[in-house]
Amino acid sequence: MFKIFRYSLSDLLRSSWSYFYFSFYLLLGFGLLFFNPDVSKSVITLMNIIVVFSSLIAVVFGIMYYYNSREFIELLLAQPIKRSDIFIGQYLAVSVSLSLSLLLGVGIPFVIYGVADADLVKNFLVLMTAGIFLNFIFVAVAYNIALYHENRIKGFSYAILFWLFMTLIYDGLFLISLMMFKEYPLEKASLAATLFNPIDLSRILILLRLDISALMGYTGAVFKNFFGTTLGLTIALFSLLIWVILPVLNIYRKGNKKDF
Amino acid sequence: MLRIFLCIILLYSQLNVFAQTVRVCKTCELKTLQAGIAQAKSGDTLHIEKGIYKEHEVIVDKPLTIIGKDYPVIDGEMIGEIIRVISDSVTIDGLFIKNVGTSYTSDFAAIRIKRSKHFLIQNLKLETLFFGIYLEKSDDGIIQNNYIKGNAKVEYQSGNGIHLWHCKNVQVLNNKIYNVRDGIYFEFVNNSLVQGNVSINNLRYGLHFMFSNNDIYKDNYFEDNGAGVAVMFSKFIKIENNTFKKNKGAASYGLLLKEINDATISNNIFQENTIGTYLEGCNRITYANNNLIQNGWALKMMGACFENKFIHNNFIGNTFDVSYSGGNTTDNRFDYNYWSEYAGYDLNKDGTGDVPFRPVKLFSFITTKVPESIILIRSSFVDLVNFSEKVSPVFTPEHVSDSFPSMNKF
Amino acid sequence: MIEFKNITKKFGKLQVLEQVDLSINKPGIYAILGPNGSGKTTLIKCLLGMTIPTSGQIFVDGQDTKGKWEFRNQISYLPQIANFPKNMTVTELLRLIKTLRKQASAEQPLIDVFGLKPYLNKNMGTLSGGTKQKVNLVLALMTDNPIVILDEPTSGLDPLALLELKKLIKIEKEKGKTILITSHIMSLVEELSDEIVFLLEGKIHFRGTVDALKTKTQTVDFDEAIAQILKPSHV
Repeated sequence: MFKIFRYSLSDLLRSSWSYFYFSFYLLLGFGLLFFNPDVSKSVITLMNIIVVFSSLIAVVFGIMYYYNSREFIELLLAQPIKRSDIFIGQYLAVSVSLSLSLLLGVGIPFVIYGVADADLVKNFLVLMTAGIFLNFIFVAVAYNIALYHENRIKGFSYAILFWLFMTLIYDGLFLISLMMFKEYPLEKASLAATLFNPIDLSRILILLRLDISALMGYTGAVFKNFFGTTLGLTIALFSLLIWVILPVLNIYRKGNKKDF
Repeated sequence: MLRIFLCIILLYSQLNVFAQTVRVCKTCELKTLQAGIAQAKSGDTLHIEKGIYKEHEVIVDKPLTIIGKDYPVIDGEMIGEIIRVISDSVTIDGLFIKNVGTSYTSDFAAIRIKRSKHFLIQNLKLETLFFGIYLEKSDDGIIQNNYIKGNAKVEYQSGNGIHLWHCKNVQVLNNKIYNVRDGIYFEFVNNSLVQGNVSINNLRYGLHFMFSNNDIYKDNYFEDNGAGVAVMFSKFIKIENNTFKKNKGAASYGLLLKEINDATISNNIFQENTIGTYLEGCNRITYANNNLIQNGWALKMMGACFENKFIHNNFIGNTFDVSYSGGNTTDNRFDYNYWSEYAGYDLNKDGTGDVPFRPVKLFSFITTKVPESIILIRSSFVDLVNFSEKVSPVFTPEHVSDSFPSMNKF
Repeated sequence: MIEFKNITKKFGKLQVLEQVDLSINKPGIYAILGPNGSGKTTLIKCLLGMTIPTSGQIFVDGQDTKGKWEFRNQISYLPQIANFPKNMTVTELLRLIKTLRKQASAEQPLIDVFGLKPYLNKNMGTLSGGTKQKVNLVLALMTDNPIVILDEPTSGLDPLALLELKKLIKIEKEKGKTILITSHIMSLVEELSDEIVFLLEGKIHFRGTVDALKTKTQTVDFDEAIAQILKPSHV
């Protein structure tokens, strides 16, 4: 697995895509930190972009990489290596290369800007955690979609649809159902609903930093316990981890079964 | 002329000869504070030496200066009130007073000043207390540099740090108050000054203040108090240069204003509070040059607010900048503020944005209807909802808008 | 050496292989022939474990291959369409396969034979189809394995390279290997193969030598024989 990972990663790190993606974050980071008078505003903008954009890039790039390396996968499949190692190795390589672009692209401006501000460092760490989780989750989902769909157009459409569903449609339905059932106690239901959406989960990580004051304004005990202690952070991180593990397990399972 | 002057000098020195110093210590003739006071004459100075004095219900009934050396401990043994001042011109300085009795029927205090004037209470340390310094119908005094640390757990079993009732011309300066019910409590207190105090971690309010007019609050620091700071039913007050920080909770406010008229609130910092400033039934308030940073709701206006002016404030990184309920008139003005959410442009380079900023978001309405929906803040869907409302306002009040949003922080 | 036992493969409703039984016990060159869609490539991929049979078993050296990967150490495989990672150079690709196979490999003579030297440091994405196929051949033949599978080895090759390829296959045969070839170039099949396995609609329709096929179809020409065998009378 490590060999496949290493080769795919070195392949990816030399592709112009990685450079493009890295420079995008670099420019964004510099632009927001150095040409914006208000750092807290920059951090909020950066957070929005990372949640929405890195998940989109991860799912699109993941599915593209799989389809483009289809023949290469066939070549590897004929070699004396474990089948699942190929998929997991490639999956890790894509996720790591995207995460590196993000980490360095945003990290370099942050370091140059000065990491003396403890609050800024914490914000940066939260940003990176959320972004890296989203990369690993959305690439895993992309690989799942690709493993089930030979047809590239279909695969792409499902990938985009999945992203759109998680970033927009899910929350829309979520909000509408909250409004419809507002007579009922919704505290636990609304917390549970966020667990099923990785975008919402990474948003929670960010809310815990930025909007804790507003979140503490809610009277319910469950919310208070969730947001007021480290419970919320723990559950959100744990759920994100589950969101990585389950699709990866399925890559493993499907990868062993699939015909080429 | 010279003769008269000499006479005055002579008179003064005569007085000084009469004013004596009385020593109280464990090995002295006078072993208790009570005995010292009984022995002393009006205008005398009482020196309390280091030691532990188990006393309560000490009555100061003549003008005296009581000074502790190296913080002698007055231990009330949890019985009742410890010192009561019922005379004018009393100074109490440098005592460590502890173990005030708790009662459900009487407000026992470490020091109570009753119907007296010209008092000076300073450099005290108060611990394990019910009420700390309790002023009752007393005027023209100073309370300064005291350190008050309570151990309040529940509201009905705890008292206030500095409590003023029916007073005027009192100065409360540079006190530090922790873990009591209300840090500083004012009721019917006029023409007074509260400056440089620190009030942290109190069970209910850092500062609680009612029916008190023409007062000034400045340079105070309030942090992590159960309900923040509440100011109610008062007129002509000035709140300047204070910091209101980290008051988080469902009923927690940086500053709660209720029925306040003609006040000036300026140069304050409101940071990381669930609600930065809450206004209800407030009129003609000038709210200027304040910093509102990372609050849940920076400003919440809950009705019957008229002719208030919000100008030159910085609204930075708040979850919601302004929440506005019905029942406010349309003459509240928001002008020339800096809003970090503002995404407009300034083509004519005059420092203010060319399109007005609407600080009330549709989603803040939704959260009042369905509080649980707060969990969806900053989601793309909510951004979309807010954006569409911004483009064509249907639910949010049209007049709540800053026509001259500043492009830069103040 | 290689044994297919009752292999059935369905892709959804489409039945590609139907209860195929085939055992190859002797070394030699075996041509797997059949019209498009008859299941040639699927059969090969089943052997390699790239495609999982719906039912049946495959044995290599008496070992059931299901869920295993170690048996691939004994197989060299040339896939049909060679499309490699675009950003990798030829050298890197060679190195990758070498590290993966952990076997002694002799790529240098092959590189010389196919004249690949000038391309070694070029990215795979920049190579022409024929050159890619040559790289593909080097990858397949550089390691010394008892079983060699060549799926359409001639595609895109120029006549000179084709000649070299034939030589190479013969050399491999001399070493006593079992070689499976699929090809549309009938002359190549006729020239090289010891035995023919003819697949039709997922079943083995004929198995035997070239001569046996000619006898069966009463033709002298191999192309003709193939055409005859597809006629309804023989089906």
